[in-house]
Amino acid sequence: MDLALRDLGEYVQAALHEAVLSVDTGRDELCILVKTPALPRVLRYLRDDVNCQFKQLMDVCGVDYPGRAERFEVVYNLLSLTHNRRIRVKVRTDERTPVPTVTSVFNSAGWWEREAWDLYGILFLEHPDLRRILTDYGFEGHPLRKDFPLTGYVEVRWDDEQKRIVYEPVKLPQDFRNFDFLSPWEGMQEYLPGDEKADGKH
Amino acid sequence: MGIIVPPGSNDPAVPKGGDVDQLWQGVNDAIQEKGFLLTQVDNLVNWARAGSMWPMTFGLACCAIEMMHAYVSRYDLDRFGVVPRPSPRQSDVIIVAGTLTNKMAPAFRRVYDQMAEPRYVISMGSCANGGGYYHYSYSVVRGCDRVIPVDVYVPGCPPTAEALVYGVLLLQKKIRRTGTLWR
Repeated sequence: MDLALRDLGEYVQAALHEAVLSVDTGRDELCILVKTPALPRVLRYLRDDVNCQFKQLMDVCGVDYPGRAERFEVVYNLLSLTHNRRIRVKVRTDERTPVPTVTSVFNSAGWWEREAWDLYGILFLEHPDLRRILTDYGFEGHPLRKDFPLTGYVEVRWDDEQKRIVYEPVKLPQDFRNFDFLSPWEGMQEYLPGDEKADGKH
Repeated sequence: MGIIVPPGSNDPAVPKGGDVDQLWQGVNDAIQEKGFLLTQVDNLVNWARAGSMWPMTFGLACCAIEMMHAYVSRYDLDRFGVVPRPSPRQSDVIIVAGTLTNKMAPAFRRVYDQMAEPRYVISMGSCANGGGYYHYSYSVVRGCDRVIPVDVYVPGCPPTAEALVYGVLLLQKKIRRTGTLWR
């Protein structure tokens, strides 16, 4: 394991012990789980501390674990060019509890937090402009949630009488088809189709 | 090519391959002999329409890359009089190159409505033809023919530049054969 990585993890935990829930250095990546209210303070520390200097926020993502009580995770990927090092900061939340925005620490977080709101429905407290960013105008639901159906609820077409685009409930004349006959996840066959005669037993 | 008709030939709209030389010979002879040509307005108009189809630049996704390949030097759609235009007001044909999403659909329809008649539509690639890879998606129109009428479908994911050129040639053929002043 990368010793410098573990040292950095211990350093961060010592400095922010009341905010950090756990530090993971598996797969040579440093990942810290922090308490949700302390998030801006943690990111500000990681940005400004001379031993950290994680001055770039590369990405903000959401994750949905439908089995958990706090079903969402928000993941912040930071990069330090000074130390050539990356760190991942995670917080956990549910549909109702807002996560404090980090736009005051990293300007670039604004659109990513809008994206997480749009696709997962994660709320961000005191975000300057928490609107949808990717989905259709007037879209309902949060499509990357695991309980959102793949085909959604509405489809569009042009209505020649009303002379406008209309939204209608999804009607799929073509059932969903699965062409992945060789997937090991579907239950591996003893023989792949076409291989039955390969060893002469059949 | 070969749509201006010398007097005397019968169904001239689409000359068969071997007849083209003969046709041009007839044109040449008529000009040499009389100094002018006689034709029908329909034929002249169709010749002009098929020879200068200006497509609206409407690249939506990766198909647009192949569309660009068709425009530039190797395939060079310019030699068919196909020059991409940045404005729907100047376009005769719209090439729907890529995935049409729900959010894009009203804007796309508006662009189509702004084009002057006669207007034609080439649907390029699986996504524009019927949703393709995104057929079951929550955010994609299952075929651009749900929004506008389509003249030519070019299959492929993405279609090669050659396939698109072939689609353009098919549309030219359709314009010649339809042969009406008003669409």
